[in-house]
Amino acid sequence: MVHIHRQTKSATVNPLKSSQPLGAALAFLGVDGAIPLFHGSQGCTSFALVLCVRHFKETIPLQTTAMDELATVLGGAAHLEEAILNLKKRANPRLIGICTTALVETRSEDFARQIANIKMTRAEELAGTEIVLANTPDFDGALEEGWARAVAAMLQRITLPGQQAPSSKKATLIERITEPSEQRRKRKKVAILPGWHLTVADIEQLREMVESFGLTPVIVPDVSGSLDGTVPDRWMPTTYGGTSIEDIQELGTAVQCIAIGEHMRRPAELLQTLTGVPYVLVQSLTGLKNVDRFVSLLSEISGVPAPAKIHRCRSQLQDALLDGHFHFAGKKIAIASEPDQLYQFATFFTGLGAEIISAVTTTGASEILEKVPAESIQIGDLGDFEDLAGGADLLVTHSHGRQAAERLGIPLLRVGFPVFDRLGSQHKLTVLYRGTRDLIFEAANIIQANQPAPSPERIDAMRKRRNAG
Amino acid sequence: MSSLSVKIQDAFNEPACERNRSKDSNVRSKGCSKPLTPGAAAGGCAFDGAKIVLQPITDVAHLIHAPLACEGNSWDNRGTASSGPTLWRTSFTTDLTEQDIVMGNSERKLFKAIRQIKEAYSPPAIFVYTTCVTALIGDDIEAVCKRAAEKFRLPVVPINAPGFVGSKNLGNKLAGEALLDHVIGTVEPDDAGPCDINILGEFNLSGEFWLVRPLLERLGIRVRACIPGDARYLDIACAHRARAAMLVCSTALINLARKMEERWDIPFFEGSFYGITATSEALRQIADLLVKKGADQEILDRTDTLIAEEEAIAWKKLEEYRPRLKGKRVLINTGGVKSWSLVHALMEIGMEIVGTSVKKSTVEDKERIRQVLKDDLQMFESMAPRELYAMLSESKADIMLSGGRTQFIALKAKMPWVDINQERHRPYAGYDGTVELVRQIDLAIHNPVWSQVREPAPWERRPATEEPLPSTHSDSDATSVAPSKTRRHDAGDFVEC
Repeated sequence: MVHIHRQTKSATVNPLKSSQPLGAALAFLGVDGAIPLFHGSQGCTSFALVLCVRHFKETIPLQTTAMDELATVLGGAAHLEEAILNLKKRANPRLIGICTTALVETRSEDFARQIANIKMTRAEELAGTEIVLANTPDFDGALEEGWARAVAAMLQRITLPGQQAPSSKKATLIERITEPSEQRRKRKKVAILPGWHLTVADIEQLREMVESFGLTPVIVPDVSGSLDGTVPDRWMPTTYGGTSIEDIQELGTAVQCIAIGEHMRRPAELLQTLTGVPYVLVQSLTGLKNVDRFVSLLSEISGVPAPAKIHRCRSQLQDALLDGHFHFAGKKIAIASEPDQLYQFATFFTGLGAEIISAVTTTGASEILEKVPAESIQIGDLGDFEDLAGGADLLVTHSHGRQAAERLGIPLLRVGFPVFDRLGSQHKLTVLYRGTRDLIFEAANIIQANQPAPSPERIDAMRKRRNAG
Repeated sequence: MSSLSVKIQDAFNEPACERNRSKDSNVRSKGCSKPLTPGAAAGGCAFDGAKIVLQPITDVAHLIHAPLACEGNSWDNRGTASSGPTLWRTSFTTDLTEQDIVMGNSERKLFKAIRQIKEAYSPPAIFVYTTCVTALIGDDIEAVCKRAAEKFRLPVVPINAPGFVGSKNLGNKLAGEALLDHVIGTVEPDDAGPCDINILGEFNLSGEFWLVRPLLERLGIRVRACIPGDARYLDIACAHRARAAMLVCSTALINLARKMEERWDIPFFEGSFYGITATSEALRQIADLLVKKGADQEILDRTDTLIAEEEAIAWKKLEEYRPRLKGKRVLINTGGVKSWSLVHALMEIGMEIVGTSVKKSTVEDKERIRQVLKDDLQMFESMAPRELYAMLSESKADIMLSGGRTQFIALKAKMPWVDINQERHRPYAGYDGTVELVRQIDLAIHNPVWSQVREPAPWERRPATEEPLPSTHSDSDATSVAPSKTRRHDAGDFVEC
């Protein structure tokens, strides 16, 4: 039984959380032709934008309703409308994803009705652009909640309700020519709802694996198409790449939905309610047994055995586990992250014989916390993390943990968001056989690099006797 | 809120601001920031501006009274440096939850947070920042700070600049007001001297003020307070005993400079440490002001000698770069650094300025830029990302100097870029800093990556410019290689000289 300690401090010291609207914005950024719009003061957007740019090393389309004092007092409907119309005029996005902030939620207006009104009175001007509202005040939740709320809001707004006939979409001419008709009929669509903690590389790997079973994955949101760091040949004011609006509309034609991470349960349930597509929740895709279960699931859905390439990857992971376990056995690990990522990494490390000596997370509301292999979990901040992580061999958190790592003299494995002082965080694999293998190598290398050479003082032969006395 | 609106009106009325003098009183009261366009706005809020100005004070605990985002999304993101205390880099926020707000618990939480910080860190002072939500729900942070200051016997300073009152620039000014109201003049130094100065609006980015401070020390000038870069609380509390002041980032703290002159008779001038001539000019003006205030005349000669020595060294170093950079076209897009002094510095070595933003420059700044550029068209208030991208991708510039926010506009256009804003990692102030900036520009323009990323993949080249593949056509003659001029972004344009 995990003991969950609530936060009792009044001042948060070195926040672990990033804000809920930022989580929602990340989800909207996984849709093609999208612009997230923060409904708040321009600072709310500016801070989130700078943080995203520092993490992704990309231009990030993110806009603001620029609430000023007057609008805050009188109501923000006019600002909301003006912002939507301006975005439509300047960038003609397929999707405007509205993320509310603490400022407007504290004042508390009926945003859904305001948006319905705007859509009605401006129907002509706004044709061809979906407008989705996610209620994401900063005074509640963090990335997980914001991301999940945005995904749920998109499904609610965009996905066509009711059961759809499978493969309602007509095959293109080329598909008809190149693919035998029988095989095409069998090609089943799988809806995948990944959590915020999967990287661009994770999503790419996930797609490849699902496709290798002859299945067609529809991934919502799909950051691998939009935040994968490419160089377009012209200026793009919106995201380029990601899940298409049409794919979200037609999610009902999937035979199965797979949600990754406990925080995606609600969106998956919503999809089931809307369309009847059943869901399976995968709590982690890291670690041999977790991946085995996932592979079996794909095999079951497709009726196809795992291809040879997957066997090969699994075997590589087995070998990495054999080579790597020496470096993890008995090691003390301290992790600070949002609940699902905490679970993902805690189970990864304990699966190699390490021990989680401190675990800090952002909320006590997630059911996954009960399953985290640690004695206790502190709901808190990186100040708590620093207090609890003394004596650890490795710290695991995002880049803001660097100050704690420096002061404690303990190496840091950077995971999650934001990672602003290392390159390529989005191209780091953390899931499936290959991602687990890579993580073993990365963590083992950090541990090896920080192993002090033996010395008489360090070995300290009399230590045990002194302690006993 | 009413005292805050008075402060805001006061900031808008700033008589020392060149731009303000040209407005009538009606226009002036509307403020200097243009109304923001929803859906097309960029830039920080007043809280952001206040924090930028105050957070570099290194030994103070900065406590943000807000829900998570104001601090959680923005901490540890600036490149200012400290020579000692690190408390400023520790982030403190009341991280208000829905419960706190709905139950009216936020003032109590703030008070407890102040106690927690006092007990755990015993800083010389705590600065408490109000934000949109805490202003909206009517938290009286001035009262809480006052009570906490009495109870815990340490300065607890309210910083009243909620985001929605306006722009970053307004926040800068409100931060200056807070220092005037609560900090400066609260401690009497016992070591005031005739050559004490204040530097206002210097942020010590990447430690760049440490390139300037030794120059001042060689002249026997003591920096009483550098506000805010690498400052200690006590330095600022004693700042009213300086004899003269230099204002570095004029739009940010001009109200502070003027009011310090009014209250404590500290004359100031606007200057810059970016560029060789600008640095020399600044040193001369500091010496002049000190002499006017009673310092020994001979400081003027010493200043001239030092300038001659340092300029000679710097120019010699810069000569190396002149042939490599002469005629290269620079686009400057920043509000943060004083554009004019940068413009001047780069033109000194023969670079061409094809555009500079003057968003935050004063009328006086603009006049200076106008004089050196001789072409009004090259000045722009601000440029939309799309236009910047177009300008860069059409090769109308060889490099862009800007801040992190626009970095990827340049890079996606495959254009060299050098960071000159807050997050940058290199010091550019003073003589050595100018040489460093030019060196970085040279390294950026002549980096071999440009010739690699600009070339299309060999199989994507148009037939007219197609090069034979060496592996398959090893015997083909060299004349079939297209002349490089037919390709717009040819490597040769950039790697030569």
